[in-house]
Amino acid sequence: MPDIIDVHGLRQEFGRTTVLRGIDLHVAEGEVFGILGPNGAGKSTTVSALAGLLRPTAGTVRVAGIDPAANRIAATRLIGVQLQQAGLQPKLRVGEAVDLFASFHRDPLDGRELAERLGLPPEKPFETLSGGQQQRLAIVLALVGRPRVALLDELTTGLDPVNRRTVWELIEEVRDAGTTIVLVSHLLEEVQRLCDRIAVLESGAVKVVDTPAGLVAGSSAPVVVSFDGDVDGIDGLPGAVSLHRNGSRVEVSGTDDTAWALLDLLRDRGTRPQGLRISSRTLDDAYLDLIREEHTPEDVT
Amino acid sequence: MTTITRTEFRLALRSPGNLFWPVAFPAILLTILGLIPSFREPNPDLGGARVIDLYVPVTILLSVIMSGLQALPPVLSAYREQKVLRRYATTPARPFGLLMAQFAVQAATVVAGAVLVLLVGRLGFDAQLPGAPGPYLLVFAMALVATFGIGGLIAGTAASTKTATTVGSVAFIASMFTAGVWFPVAAMPDPLRDVVTFTPLGAAAQAMDSAATGQWPELLPVLVLTGWAVTATALAVRWFRWE
Repeated sequence: MPDIIDVHGLRQEFGRTTVLRGIDLHVAEGEVFGILGPNGAGKSTTVSALAGLLRPTAGTVRVAGIDPAANRIAATRLIGVQLQQAGLQPKLRVGEAVDLFASFHRDPLDGRELAERLGLPPEKPFETLSGGQQQRLAIVLALVGRPRVALLDELTTGLDPVNRRTVWELIEEVRDAGTTIVLVSHLLEEVQRLCDRIAVLESGAVKVVDTPAGLVAGSSAPVVVSFDGDVDGIDGLPGAVSLHRNGSRVEVSGTDDTAWALLDLLRDRGTRPQGLRISSRTLDDAYLDLIREEHTPEDVT
Repeated sequence: MTTITRTEFRLALRSPGNLFWPVAFPAILLTILGLIPSFREPNPDLGGARVIDLYVPVTILLSVIMSGLQALPPVLSAYREQKVLRRYATTPARPFGLLMAQFAVQAATVVAGAVLVLLVGRLGFDAQLPGAPGPYLLVFAMALVATFGIGGLIAGTAASTKTATTVGSVAFIASMFTAGVWFPVAAMPDPLRDVVTFTPLGAAAQAMDSAATGQWPELLPVLVLTGWAVTATALAVRWFRWE
């Protein structure tokens, strides 16, 4: 199946500032795709470009085969968007807003039911909603049109843990119904639970695209052994989940058994590799390592 | 009617204070003026017309001004400032759809205000209904388009809602003068009237005066009004800042 989102060499400049410097992204239909990265990495700009709100300085963006910046009407029928910053008419009530946005689409979901599930009072005017309520309303408005692609910028930022879980369940349902989801998040727990794959953005470039498991090795690989050396003959270790080679550096993720088997192997060979490290791994670690690598390469030895 | 237009109507009814000015105030002003006895007497200086007759089209234009220059600019620029237009940009309705819905609401308030003025004039002060209803309606519609175009232009180019309100107010005061709210255009001295003829509301006031008495309006005010309507609308569309 061709990718439903196909971004090639996307550059986005605002005057003299270059926010995106050549991004490639490919998302398959039905996938939940996460975008992570520090503030100012270009995550929201990427979402705006995918939504067609920005015309790329260079490169191409295709969503289900169409150019969303050129073909606005078709794009808006196809793509549901939750923007970080977007208002509504101050006196518009929650129920009216979801009815109105549902009316824009041919085969909408029951917006009032969605709003109720997310704990939104239907009679409350937009101007009196709290930040978290506005956030949840934005999610409902993005999803109410049963979009083929949902772009969710900072999905649950500012929501309390209970609401966050309700939103996650909703996202999982929408995904099960076949919607492709791109979500920007700072919450690694959220990304780990929802996303099939993640792109980490930094300074306007894609640093890595991987599955959360590939990125972290998750709970099945709580231990990471790394050293300087080569990988010859160290595959087939018990419990090993991934084996990465980055320059002269080898990183093996797995269980305690993996670590012991690897140490035995190295001792049997009589090699004493430099920079041997054994650590436990979380998604946060993986993410932080990835981001730190860029700024202070000397930490990674 | 689309849901978005219906929704904008409902929101307008939720702020009755804002509806007062274009809907009720012109008719109230006409009533107050009509209570002045001398305004109900034929005036030889005005070719035998009564002041109150002159004020029927003037107060209708006042409703146009109240809506287009006082109510419209802050609403439109707040929609941009509060990123409402940005949200609609992500929907098939498009920001343009929201603006059109808002224009429809404003136009409806003006029509309501005009009907009230005609009713008060006819029933309260025995003013004749427009002698040439076709031209009267046409001039009214063009005055609406020109004024809304100017209001849209102000809202679209002002840096903030505050600026839009301020610039709108200045245009509002100037237009009230040229429309003849303080001093009917027909009663203005010639040199002043010649200048006022080239303003959108001044031209509209003269053309409506003619149509009120059953004549086709002169060509010049109609041309001036058309020019304003076309130019202001084109510039508003061209220069409107969506973000």
